Amino acid sequence: MKPKKLALLGISIMLSMILSYIESQIPAFVAVPGVKVGFPNIVTVFVLYTLGPKDACIVNIIRVFATGLLFGNPISITYSLCGAVLSLVGMIALKATNWFSIVSVSVVGGVLHNVGQILIAVIITETQQLVYYLPVLFISGTIAGIVIGIAAGIIVKKLKHIIL
Amino acid sequence: MKKRDIIFICVILAVALLSLVAVILTRQTGVGVVVKIDGKEAGKYPLNVNATYELNGGTNTLIIEDGVAFLVDADCPDKLCVRQGKISKKGQTITCLPNKLTVSVCGEDKGDVDIIS
Repeated sequence: MKPKKLALLGISIMLSMILSYIESQIPAFVAVPGVKVGFPNIVTVFVLYTLGPKDACIVNIIRVFATGLLFGNPISITYSLCGAVLSLVGMIALKATNWFSIVSVSVVGGVLHNVGQILIAVIITETQQLVYYLPVLFISGTIAGIVIGIAAGIIVKKLKHIIL
Repeated sequence: MKKRDIIFICVILAVALLSLVAVILTRQTGVGVVVKIDGKEAGKYPLNVNATYELNGGTNTLIIEDGVAFLVDADCPDKLCVRQGKISKKGQTITCLPNKLTVSVCGEDKGDVDIIS
């Protein structure tokens, strides 16, 4: 791998981890588990739109493991991983169609991340009723996704020429 | 691109709001709560009996009072479960993910006469 790419990936992962940590310090506004702003997704979306889908996966997944090992536990890694994988699949697929802008891709990413976490929570706790949280998470994921998407869009526009 | 995005997002929000409304409108009052720890049923308590229960060896404390159930204390760091408030309708759940514990309202089970007595 080219040194420049390696350095960029490293910085992205690190930035993603810091954002994740900052986010964890914000007390949850809503009592539903899994409601987050999704700051680390700014980095993921940014990498997706500058370096590409494969690198976005690398950054996001390594970030989940690194953050989980440092600040969390195997259980939290499992929850985050499911959300992250579903989120990545959705974002990459939607971006590939070229029908929507970065904001929609980010919204899909945010919503699917929450959906993924609830699905794995349903499986692990064997409580189907958890799906009743989904409507709330859809709304919070959408709002967060819009904010993240706008931010990522601005950053991509400003930094694109540096990356490529 | 911009207009399509707005439509897309509005559709998602509409779906979310509709499903939320559907859930709220079709709620039925439950008969009791089922406590599950790590996926396995750990207890069933009737909603018509006022009582306090120590769950999971004391990590979470459940109170049933006037037909509603809620967690009053927990040893998890974020205490989201305590903040989730009171539940009494079928389908409602209080979750303590760190302890892998869920409290969900259930309806009448044909085979569980003891829960009502």
